[in-house]
Amino acid sequence: MNEINVSMLAPLLPEVIMASAGILVLLVELVARRKETAGLLSIAAVAVAAYYVPHSFGKSFGGMFVSDGYSAFFKFIFFINLILTVLLSMRYLVIEKSNHGEYYSLVVFSTLGMMLMASAGDLIVLYLGLELMALSSYVLAGFIRHDARSSEAAVKYFLLGAFSSALLLYGITLVYGLTGTTDVSLIGAAVVEKGLSTPLFLSVVFLMAAFGFKTALAPFHMWAPDVYEGAPTSVTAFMSVGPKAAAFAAFGRVFLTGFGSLSTDWTGILVVLSILTMAVGNILAIQQDNIKRMLAYSSVAHAGYAVLGIIVGGAEGLAAMMNYLFIYGFMNLGAFAVVIMLRSEGVRGEALEDYKGLAKTHPFAAAVMLVFMFSLTGIPPTAGFIGKFYLFKAVVGAGYAWLAVVTVIFSAISAYFYLRVVMYMYMLEPEGEAVTLSLSPSLGLALLITTLVVILIGVYPSPLLSFARLAAG
Amino acid sequence: MVEWFFGYLAGAVILLAILVVASRNPVHSVLWMLLMFLHVAGLYLLLNAEFLAATQVIVYAGAILVLFLFVVMLLNLREEIKIRRFTGGWLFKGLTALGIIYVLRRGLEGFRVGFEGPWSIEAVGRATHTRALGQVLFTEYILPFEIASLLLLVAIVGAVFLSKKRLR
Repeated sequence: MNEINVSMLAPLLPEVIMASAGILVLLVELVARRKETAGLLSIAAVAVAAYYVPHSFGKSFGGMFVSDGYSAFFKFIFFINLILTVLLSMRYLVIEKSNHGEYYSLVVFSTLGMMLMASAGDLIVLYLGLELMALSSYVLAGFIRHDARSSEAAVKYFLLGAFSSALLLYGITLVYGLTGTTDVSLIGAAVVEKGLSTPLFLSVVFLMAAFGFKTALAPFHMWAPDVYEGAPTSVTAFMSVGPKAAAFAAFGRVFLTGFGSLSTDWTGILVVLSILTMAVGNILAIQQDNIKRMLAYSSVAHAGYAVLGIIVGGAEGLAAMMNYLFIYGFMNLGAFAVVIMLRSEGVRGEALEDYKGLAKTHPFAAAVMLVFMFSLTGIPPTAGFIGKFYLFKAVVGAGYAWLAVVTVIFSAISAYFYLRVVMYMYMLEPEGEAVTLSLSPSLGLALLITTLVVILIGVYPSPLLSFARLAAG
Repeated sequence: MVEWFFGYLAGAVILLAILVVASRNPVHSVLWMLLMFLHVAGLYLLLNAEFLAATQVIVYAGAILVLFLFVVMLLNLREEIKIRRFTGGWLFKGLTALGIIYVLRRGLEGFRVGFEGPWSIEAVGRATHTRALGQVLFTEYILPFEIASLLLLVAIVGAVFLSKKRLR
């Protein structure tokens, strides 16, 4: 293990490409007159990195870095997240008068952090990847510097993020003290050998709390609504999909590989957290009159659904969770794309009131939003239904039929606030001045992609399902 | 003898940490923290980790505390001293803290003393701590080391962006 050579980098090729791209984007930003060039460059880099992901399977650096089907699937979620976010941001940053090229570089670095988290075979790499992801998103949350709300969101996100990092580190040190290693699979072996002890359980709880913060599980969700509301909308879209999926990736790997033999001890806590998360997310979303805040609570609720996959465990549960997060990425980014479209000079377009009568003034925008709201609720012809269906199937298959019933009940509650948006758009008359849409080619492309994928997966889900099944197994 | 040193250092670190939080004047807090960092460096020395002790003094006691002092100078101290240090709810907080201390105390029994592996205490002693750390850091842990360098780059970009770019 003392020999270092270039061939060790082979499994890291996508990561190396992304790291170089992040630095290149920073340099291009200095000379490019149009900042969009930096955005296009980051999309090109993602395309190259994505091409190399299937060719990069293997372990490297003594098992610290693991590139397998599981990490590859998550990396595709992160790539899609990055591409769509960049497409959403190009025009939006101009409207917000904060069009700086550093934005794209930070998005690339944040994505790199997520990729490292998904591939981390060692808790140290996991922690550093998480910090790389989080540090970039703190800056992104405060990207509109002349807006006090954005700065407030950044500070809140930073303080609570730092707190959750401390919890994570504390859990890692305890695990290291008890097992003598930070390698996830060796931890798994040591845990099997030694069994459960009070301090080991404590460290499991610490790690669960830390991942709970990053995935916004209740009661660790407090930061989410404030940060999601205050941050630039494009960044909110980015944060609600990528970092959440990355935290789930690490959550799944650490808990099922490292603490898999203790699953009977921690699933109980996770079931409680999951139900609490669904309750808090869905019930508090009902009383929101700001659409970003509503989507924030909705994102909390969706974390409650996705965590069911970890509770179920095994290839079946992981596949259902990955499948769900993939679909969630498209429908959530699509919904945020519509929110961004309603934002134009002088009009914020975030209040639920702004959606009144949208079907009369802008039928196209209303129809697209309808698709995403149906999908988030989980109504059949859309992808959201497929995601929930396979999740419930896995939950029932694992013998938690009552948990599936609870989830369906909360899912029904969620219909109230998602469909209220639809009701506002289609059944109410427009009030006051009609909102103007700021549609740009890139935003249009993002909307086209998300709408098509949400409908396509809803109608023809088998390729995605078999892909997720293959990746998890 | 070593136990006495450890007892002094550990006790002092805890006492100083409490003083950092409890002091009304932020300048006092920062100075208590400086003393605490020096004691932590002493703990590292007890573990034969002279490189970590030196880094602790140079980075924490030297660089980071100077930054803290700069920030404190920017505060309005007269106002700051009047603000109450603590919020209520002592019973709940105290019970939580005692609970965590109890579980950690129990946990100590499960900790492993010394690890099997290439770097036993004797091996580290033979190679000297600084050399051992350098060798491990740049071979076995080269990947985390490189990620940390990217992390610092992002921190620099973020700090420069948030503080220097002109507002339009």
